[in-house]
Amino acid sequence: MTALLSVRDLHVGFGRDPRANEVVRGIGFDLAAGETLAIVGESGSGKSVTALSVNRLVDFGGGRITAGAIVLQRGDGSTLDLAQAEEHTLRHIRGRDIGMIFQEPMTSLNPVHTVGRQIEEAFRLNRGLGGDAARTAAREVLERVRIPDAAARLAYYPHQLSGGMRQRVMIAMALASSPRLLIADEPTTALDVTVQAQIMALLAELREETGMAMIFITHDIGLVAGIADRIMVMQRGVAVEQADTAAVLDHPQHDYTRHLLEAVPHFTAGRATRNDGTRGTATAPLVTVDGLVVRFPVGKGLFRKPGAVHAVDGVDFDLVAGETLAIVGESGSGKSTTARAILGLVQKTRGEIDARAGRSRRPIQMVFQDPFASLNPRLNVESLLAEPAIANGQRKDAALRRRMLVLLERVGLPAEALSRYPHQFSGGQRQRLCIARALMLNPDVVVLDEAVSALDVSVQAQVLQLLIELQREFGLAYIFISHDMAVVERIAHRIAVMFAGQIVEIGAAGAVLADPQHSYTRRLIAAVPAIERRKEHYTVDATQVPSLVRPAGYEPPPAHWREAGPDHRVREESA
Amino acid sequence: MMRLLAALFRHPSGRIGAAIILVYLVAALLGALGLTPHNALKQFPLDRLKPPNATYWLGTDLLGRDTFSRLMLGIGQSFVVAFASVAGATLAGTVIGLLAAWWGSLWDGVLMRIMDVLLAFPAILLALLIIAIVGPGTFTSVAAIAIVYTPIFARVVRGPALSLKRRDFVDAARTFGSSERYILTRHLLLNLVAPLTVQVTLALAWALLTEAGLSFLGLGTQPPAPSLGLMLSESKNLMQHAPWLMFFPGLTIMVGILGFNLTGDALRDILDPRTERRTA
Repeated sequence: MTALLSVRDLHVGFGRDPRANEVVRGIGFDLAAGETLAIVGESGSGKSVTALSVNRLVDFGGGRITAGAIVLQRGDGSTLDLAQAEEHTLRHIRGRDIGMIFQEPMTSLNPVHTVGRQIEEAFRLNRGLGGDAARTAAREVLERVRIPDAAARLAYYPHQLSGGMRQRVMIAMALASSPRLLIADEPTTALDVTVQAQIMALLAELREETGMAMIFITHDIGLVAGIADRIMVMQRGVAVEQADTAAVLDHPQHDYTRHLLEAVPHFTAGRATRNDGTRGTATAPLVTVDGLVVRFPVGKGLFRKPGAVHAVDGVDFDLVAGETLAIVGESGSGKSTTARAILGLVQKTRGEIDARAGRSRRPIQMVFQDPFASLNPRLNVESLLAEPAIANGQRKDAALRRRMLVLLERVGLPAEALSRYPHQFSGGQRQRLCIARALMLNPDVVVLDEAVSALDVSVQAQVLQLLIELQREFGLAYIFISHDMAVVERIAHRIAVMFAGQIVEIGAAGAVLADPQHSYTRRLIAAVPAIERRKEHYTVDATQVPSLVRPAGYEPPPAHWREAGPDHRVREESA
Repeated sequence: MMRLLAALFRHPSGRIGAAIILVYLVAALLGALGLTPHNALKQFPLDRLKPPNATYWLGTDLLGRDTFSRLMLGIGQSFVVAFASVAGATLAGTVIGLLAAWWGSLWDGVLMRIMDVLLAFPAILLALLIIAIVGPGTFTSVAAIAIVYTPIFARVVRGPALSLKRRDFVDAARTFGSSERYILTRHLLLNLVAPLTVQVTLALAWALLTEAGLSFLGLGTQPPAPSLGLMLSESKNLMQHAPWLMFFPGLTIMVGILGFNLTGDALRDILDPRTERRTA
């Protein structure tokens, strides 16, 4: 029997001279019906371009297939070389034989139509269903992707659904034509970790039910362990390794695969936490946060009920010199708002934030998530690094220049960097620049808001190591905000878990990760993808985060805390 | 700056536009220095209404004045008014748009509604209104055209300023304690240079046309000083006897506007943020 899809010596280039600008150089693989191939690589490796070449969407992004064959076996048994096919043939192939889901479910759905209408359209185009038949089919496919109360959700607009729900709608649309091949391009990257686990479980179940083949593209080699039959590792447009999942993960042959596997932070449930700098009892805290509340008013207007988004609802913690407190939680949990309130970037509603004046007039500095957005593209590095000093009354003199050079060297950038502009640096280098800039004022505390989340895994590991070294060298305290438990495990001394604007569990990193007490912490930890746990099967769980919009005057019930260990406190859950 | 000019000359239509503007600037400069073929104000009574010939390249008018020389001076006059008024509009519009975006809420509402009211009038009508109140003259034309185009700059600045204001690098600057003035100039204004450059070039084309229109109606430059609009106006009754008197000033205005528009379009292409796409 021939393979469902057979790709031979695929070359794809971009620009005016596609042969000179090849980003995919000689990729080949076979995919049998019902099989899942994971393509793993870092940004720029050509993994997405390879997948987009299969359904020829790459043409619309300016790409050209310069050589090779992509042979698809169609439903009626005939074969077709997609690399040579005409656009009108491809249009039939795309809907019916090959389905696709994208990374960002918000931009892939049309905001002005209800999801029901969009799914119905998929049925109308691909199966020729109309009217009631399409509506029934849409409801059934929504039920198949485990959307609770599917009939009512058909009338929802995309913005009324959460990110996970939207991705399920996208999957439902892809399923509308019963494709025999589904291409999933980083389908969970934009989602929270518990939602990611749900989507992965859903994809695995659907594959069992429908028997479709899958190409799964991801940067996270740990994520595919549970779903892929085979893994292809790509680097700079070339497949460096391609074998069965178990072989790649357990006996990687190529250096780059080994490098990726080492760089991926392995989550080990508290066994890899740091053992330096355990918290002394005598030291006075640097930062104390007491009863912090941040609310954003909503529903201003004549006929609307006034209310407020309770973004942060009574948060207390303290931080001593030289320690890392990680604040973990999913989007909307209030962790970033907490950080911004500490820096004074959002107005707190009430509560106390005390920062002991330390070495500098501004003892708390911040590094942001997106290294592309946090550096002004029109200023060179010298101006960027000088800004904090100038803002605090220093002059641009030889001493300041020396400090810049020392810090640049310390974060691993050359002295020539001073005259360059942000766009001349890679993401990792930019984040190093941001770190150097945050250190210009010699702070005591650095708030790192998802500071390594936007980086490729190997760069992420290096920046984490740099942060740990800098912490020891300068005696810095970190507030490390992250959604990634595996990263947190490597850098945190203490962990605070936030859920719906409140801390539900806080304590020593080892204790919280090894012996989680709160149900939410347990869910968070269970959702972490890990190579070691690839044999486990997840069940689809559709629990939704509660709404944080409360009526005016609402106050949360007072917290009751339970001591679970020497430095480990858990909020009692109401039944 | 040099790189921008180089890019402009590589752009197919930008090259033409820039060349036109350059020729006009040279003509205006020579005119200002008195290096015209004939004295533009001097009347040659024996050579009235001569068609284009070897002595008078573009012919003469009813009073026997050389059209070519008068065009050189007229270009100078039009350019002075256009550049001065656009400079004023850029300054006022940028300040208003920037502050409306930065202060937000009530200030934003009040300032931008005033701009909307100004924008609701057709440009020439509003300029006429202002001149009707203050009286005609070169300075009034400059002020009137500046006021007319201020709202466009305010809008061009406000939009991007609003989004820049929410960018992480502005938040980062706040965490260092950078002053508002520093944030406004280094982080906001510096990132607005590209859209402003495009807008300035395009506004110069409109200002040129508005100035010509005002002069044509007798409300801009006052005779005997030559101006493109005025020359059109003076020749309108002689259209059948001396069509060159109308044709050449009209052509001069049209080509000048074309020059600025081509340059503006080219700059838009060159400075478009989508062409300097960030590497994802």
